[in-house]
Amino acid sequence: MKKLTSILSVICLFLAGCATCPPADCLKVSEESLQRRQQQSRPVEAPEETQVISASANVLQDMGFTLDESESKLGLVVASKDRDATQAGQYVGATLITFMAALGGCKSDALSRVDAQQKIRASIVTQRSAIDPNKFVVRATFQRLVWNRAGLLSRVETLDEKELYEGFFDKLSKSAFFEEQNI
Amino acid sequence: MKTISLISLLSALLFAGCASTTEHVLDSDQSQTELRSMQTRTFDNVDRTAMLKAVINTLQDLDFVVDKADATLGSVTASKFMGNVVLKMSVTTRTRENQLLVRANAQYGIQPLTDPERYQDFFNALDKSLFLATHKVD
Repeated sequence: MKKLTSILSVICLFLAGCATCPPADCLKVSEESLQRRQQQSRPVEAPEETQVISASANVLQDMGFTLDESESKLGLVVASKDRDATQAGQYVGATLITFMAALGGCKSDALSRVDAQQKIRASIVTQRSAIDPNKFVVRATFQRLVWNRAGLLSRVETLDEKELYEGFFDKLSKSAFFEEQNI
Repeated sequence: MKTISLISLLSALLFAGCASTTEHVLDSDQSQTELRSMQTRTFDNVDRTAMLKAVINTLQDLDFVVDKADATLGSVTASKFMGNVVLKMSVTTRTRENQLLVRANAQYGIQPLTDPERYQDFFNALDKSLFLATHKVD
């Protein structure tokens, strides 16, 4: 009985404080911060900040994003797009698990946990360069939220692939040129 | 006696961690002044727009993605994905005579962030960002 009481007490304590605690370093600048800032930023030459914001918004539209928020006084544009998130490998793996489970007389929900849909979010912030006043620094950040086939949010992540940012800034430099030439 | 203690424990187990909707809405675990004091910092002679830009820079350096910003209201909202938990933060600014008050509040998943040290970390990072802006570093 004493053992049962102590087990229940432990469960009680666990449930009372069941929510996870934020990591101690969640609001500390990490060592990789500067490197990430450089990857996410590019200086763009333009006479006005609004031209840079407009060029950035156009690139996002080129990439199929729709604009959610914008605040030109602070140089902010936020956009998103919904896309398919199905990955062939993940789907085949889940099918195999379901098949094996069926062979063993069990029911598996592996297929319902397969990625189905994703929302990709982009946040662009511009500001005048502190080093060269003729330039504006554009900083882009991308996130994605993934839902599985059961309709549950299964994953949230910040995208930090180098190629993604290079591709975006490549498009932006072309867009800035188009804006300048009124194309 | 053993039965009573078992029932009490089971009841405690049932209600442990359960708060009413009103309690969740009001979130009055901490005193209002205590909460304001740890979430607010006062800055002298800083332009509001420059401060908002510094706040945005700080949030981005902390791996947040800016969700919304309003220059008129002086507010910025951003989110940071940590594993499968979202850390969401909003920062507001307001002027008081020659001073600018900056207040930040955050939630981690479904919990409010109530640790003063975390806010101290944020304001330390903001101080650094303001310093870099003053000394012309991109």
